[in-house]
Amino acid sequence: MPIINSIDDLKRLREKAQKIKKLRDQSGKTQIVVGMGTVGIAAGARETVKAIHSYIKDNKLSDIILRQTDNFGLVDQDPVVKVIMPDQNEVTYAKVAPDVAKRIMQEYIGNGNVVLEYKISE
Amino acid sequence: MAYYRSTILVSMDPVCVRKGAVQLKDQLIAELKAHDLLDEVEILDTARIGDPESQGPDILVYPEGVHYVALSTDNIRPLVEEHFIKGGVMQQYSAKLRDITDDEVREPKEKEIRVILENIGKIDPRNIEEYIAVDGYQALGKVLNEMSQEDVIQTILDSKLRGRGGAGFPTGLKWKFAYGAKGSPKYMICNADEGDPGAFMNRKVLEGDPHSVIEGMLIGGYAVGANQGYIYCRAEYPIAVSTLNIAIEQARNYGLLGKNIMGSGFDFDLEVRMGAGAFVCGEETALIASIEGSRGEPRVRPPFPATKGLWGKPTNINNVETYANVPRIIHRGLEWYTSMGSEKSKGTKTFALAGDVAHTGLIEVPFGMTLREIIFDIGGGIKGGKGYKAVQTGGPMGGCLPEKYLDLEVDYETLGAAGSIMGSGGMVVMDENTCMVDIARFFMEFTQEESCGKCIPCRVGTRRILEILERICAGEGKPEDIPMLRTLCSEIIQDSLCGLGQGAPNPVVSTLKHFLDEYEAHIYEKRCPAKVCRNLISFHISEEKCTGCTVCARNCPVSAITGERKQTHVINPDFCIRCGICEQVCNFGAVEVN
Repeated sequence: MPIINSIDDLKRLREKAQKIKKLRDQSGKTQIVVGMGTVGIAAGARETVKAIHSYIKDNKLSDIILRQTDNFGLVDQDPVVKVIMPDQNEVTYAKVAPDVAKRIMQEYIGNGNVVLEYKISE
Repeated sequence: MAYYRSTILVSMDPVCVRKGAVQLKDQLIAELKAHDLLDEVEILDTARIGDPESQGPDILVYPEGVHYVALSTDNIRPLVEEHFIKGGVMQQYSAKLRDITDDEVREPKEKEIRVILENIGKIDPRNIEEYIAVDGYQALGKVLNEMSQEDVIQTILDSKLRGRGGAGFPTGLKWKFAYGAKGSPKYMICNADEGDPGAFMNRKVLEGDPHSVIEGMLIGGYAVGANQGYIYCRAEYPIAVSTLNIAIEQARNYGLLGKNIMGSGFDFDLEVRMGAGAFVCGEETALIASIEGSRGEPRVRPPFPATKGLWGKPTNINNVETYANVPRIIHRGLEWYTSMGSEKSKGTKTFALAGDVAHTGLIEVPFGMTLREIIFDIGGGIKGGKGYKAVQTGGPMGGCLPEKYLDLEVDYETLGAAGSIMGSGGMVVMDENTCMVDIARFFMEFTQEESCGKCIPCRVGTRRILEILERICAGEGKPEDIPMLRTLCSEIIQDSLCGLGQGAPNPVVSTLKHFLDEYEAHIYEKRCPAKVCRNLISFHISEEKCTGCTVCARNCPVSAITGERKQTHVINPDFCIRCGICEQVCNFGAVEVN
């Protein structure tokens, strides 16, 4: 139990508490969802996640939620990545290897241009 | 800067720690490390997630917002593999997360300014860290570190904060008296009795933002030199009581209550004391008697509680909302606070709109707003588009103000001059179908029952007033009743020991003043103009409109209606109890009330 012994303790606690409070609010953020499950992992989804994660970290991007979910069930399409930008339609990409993931981050998230070769229509 | 795609919150509430939260956290870190996830997943401590009565320590995982319970260290490896690698949720351990949104406090209307109600439904009242996230306890830190007792008192004086319990006494002055009083120990009391029917502003603050009150009491305790406080909360608010107790316990765990708070050398602790159903225990001296273990009866003042209060010691007693204003004044500053409100009363006030208004419920506005703005702009006007008759402000001891007062700017003095009171902030709006004599009778019934009986003017006087009003409503009024009511009212107001007796006649006085014609109709014509008083109305079925559908006859609880199908129905006046059901069920508007 963190005991507050000084006003500095309180200020530090406030920073942490504000960070936690922001987690509850997911509105207005871009969501990148990667389908996992054993099938996805076998197809290399873990590496895809790591690639996207590194990109976000290295480029200091903010307001992005990177999520994993169970396998999307799209046969032979793994790794599958869904991108949901605020106020826009969902775009689903298939066979997203780490380098493809990087392209999507640069071209779609960065500039709004859909990477058509990998997009699959719903 | 690190980027984490997922955050795990581990509850370090003492109950969870006893169930192994620390070991669980260590195991989580170990498993995440083993799966090379430490740069993707962050782990943070928090105060409380769910009910600690659930099994096992609680964790909450974002961004999914999944609440896991009943975990043991054996489950951690499967959990990490399932949730953080494979992306699925372990359903057998997930529990529903407590919803903190509040449906009793709606989104503010345009003219409102939310200060006291701003956190309700936005923070989890059972997790102290959420209060800290919204700058909670920063004011206390400033007070203990940078301000002397005199500084604090002067700030509250300069803010022109007035007691929100109803009397509107300057809070800074009250604290100054307690500070200067001789005697030890000194006490802080929070009046959380909220006895006015229909008022629930204090309840919402206690249930939704309890720490704002705790912080206010801490600051006040420091200012006056008290080290012990009591929150007297009515027994009819069990959720408020339990939320307060949780909040107090957490504040103690975090070192914000107890000894040497924030290293300042100041000690302060709090206890909740429950009421037992008496309206009079909202009166400060009766409340003090109740805490002392005696029957809630008021005492003669002077001496005031600031000099001789709880157990004869200097005591500062303030309302829930008054305390909740204090941390905000200190933290956000005088300029901000005094920018809201009127010349004499700064800041905002919560009101509970009730009665025939379209949008009932809690609102918060700065002082100086007109009744018209409150009732029509914010309240949405009269329900059903009917005509406005009156508004009663301040609870059962408030006066009823008719249409000509709609442009009154709401403030303590203006309401007093109009013959009403600010009270706790209740506003009962009445439409054209309200009988004002019946209203006076209704509120007198309430206050008469709640009279403690200690002084004769209140004990006997209110009973006599009630008897007269009941007779008038029953059609047995006499011409001498009106002067008798006036005499009784003025004597009771003058001679009663406490505010209950002094205020109880207000509805009668104001309705006699503004609605004398209704009293006269009841007495001289045996007629109730609003068609409410049962003994003075009669129900008839119109021949032209009745279609003989038999709906009314079938619904009459005393079988007073007779008639063949497709024939005009007739109500037998000897059986009719004037309940009004036939009028409600008739689809043709054929039932007339005279």
